Amino acid sequence: MKERLSREVIALRAAKDFFDGAVVNLGGGIPALAANFVPEGRTVLFHTENGALGFGPVPSSELEAQPHLMGASGLPFMPLPGMCFFDHAASFGMIRGGHIDITVLGALQVSEKGDLANWTFPKRGLGNIGGGMDLAFGCRKVIATMEHVTPNGELKILTECTYPITSPRCISLIVTDIAVIKVSETGLVLEEVAPGWTVEEVQALTEPKLIVAEDIKEIQL
Amino acid sequence: MAIQKIYKTPDEVVADISDGATIMVGGFGHAIDRPQTLIKALANKGVKNLTLISNSAGVAGKLGIGSLGGKPFIDEEILIENGQVRKVICSVPASLVMSKPNAFERLYREGKIELEYVPQGTLAERIRAGGAGLGGFYTPTGVGTLIERGKEKRTIDGKEMILEFALRADYALIRAYQADTMGNLIYKGIMRSFNAIMPQAAKTAIAEVEEIVDMGELDPEVIITPGIFVDRIVKILREEG
Repeated sequence: MKERLSREVIALRAAKDFFDGAVVNLGGGIPALAANFVPEGRTVLFHTENGALGFGPVPSSELEAQPHLMGASGLPFMPLPGMCFFDHAASFGMIRGGHIDITVLGALQVSEKGDLANWTFPKRGLGNIGGGMDLAFGCRKVIATMEHVTPNGELKILTECTYPITSPRCISLIVTDIAVIKVSETGLVLEEVAPGWTVEEVQALTEPKLIVAEDIKEIQL
Repeated sequence: MAIQKIYKTPDEVVADISDGATIMVGGFGHAIDRPQTLIKALANKGVKNLTLISNSAGVAGKLGIGSLGGKPFIDEEILIENGQVRKVICSVPASLVMSKPNAFERLYREGKIELEYVPQGTLAERIRAGGAGLGGFYTPTGVGTLIERGKEKRTIDGKEMILEFALRADYALIRAYQADTMGNLIYKGIMRSFNAIMPQAAKTAIAEVEEIVDMGELDPEVIITPGIFVDRIVKILREEG
């Protein structure tokens, strides 16, 4: 078995795209881990849809956690000077209104065109749309983080999503445990591969034909 | 002017809620933002056939997700479990942990409860619109997904949008931090969420609060919910956190 990147490293790679001053919303799971990897020297304002902006990291000890300072993923956060609170209508006004620069979301499937499916699958029937649909529609840049294939080896990067979609043509970058893929007008561009992986090996686990970037490189961390 | 909004007990404050009522339940999903005292009073009262408008169908409380230390807390799952609910309008109906289905999922699979799926931002805005006297609004969220089914579509500024209608309710059950005797409310941290938008969308708004203070004690500059939106106030029972 070839080595794949850990969930932390996937999050770390996604966080490299956080520019200085960016307003960022992180979904649950792998995306939430990206909060720990803001590149040095850059300031990022974190937004949580339950009504807080500009808050700090997860407290290092449980004793510091406070019940009125908690994010949408259920984790507490530390207060930070400049932080503010607001209601749900204002919070989603920020999201739909294009005031959030980047969101990182988990994905069950992503299509060649950048369609995202991440809220349900046929076997479960029910699922939770939550705030993910508004985030996928409203944020300026949507990054999908995920394992490249399911634990059973099923492909997740597909020509067309087979699960109900969250938002069409919303994803601009896919970061997986073996590759970084950009969604472009002409198709999926393979830009980076994990250490030890070849273009052919990544292609074999990806349904659409990948365009190989001229300057393709190993994932830089 | 005699304004009497303060009720002594949770049972009194929900006493007139009857079968078939449409009820907004505030909060996002954390222990501190859910109106636990009022939900419990409604469960004790046993009214049936309720329609709930809430962010979730009770997905976090039993699992202790959203409380410090993972301590279980009360959410609408107890009403659903009791068979008091006919329909839920929400964005998060299913358990957050797939291997531990919630009461809603069990009843839904048995065909005993109805669901209207609403993306969270659309839910918040439908409630806001209801409180602001609007009929609805056009939103891009949901275009090209299952959510657009049966909805009017329009292209505005070159962007496809769907028409979503306002939501109103008979009652709103919410939680705030402090109230004055006029019903003015302030919150703490993340408590505003759905709590600060539901009172104005309901015929009768009931707030449970940590503390009730005299008129003039809350700084008018920081009041979030103006008192005219709030009809009844009751103190949180400590045991309900």
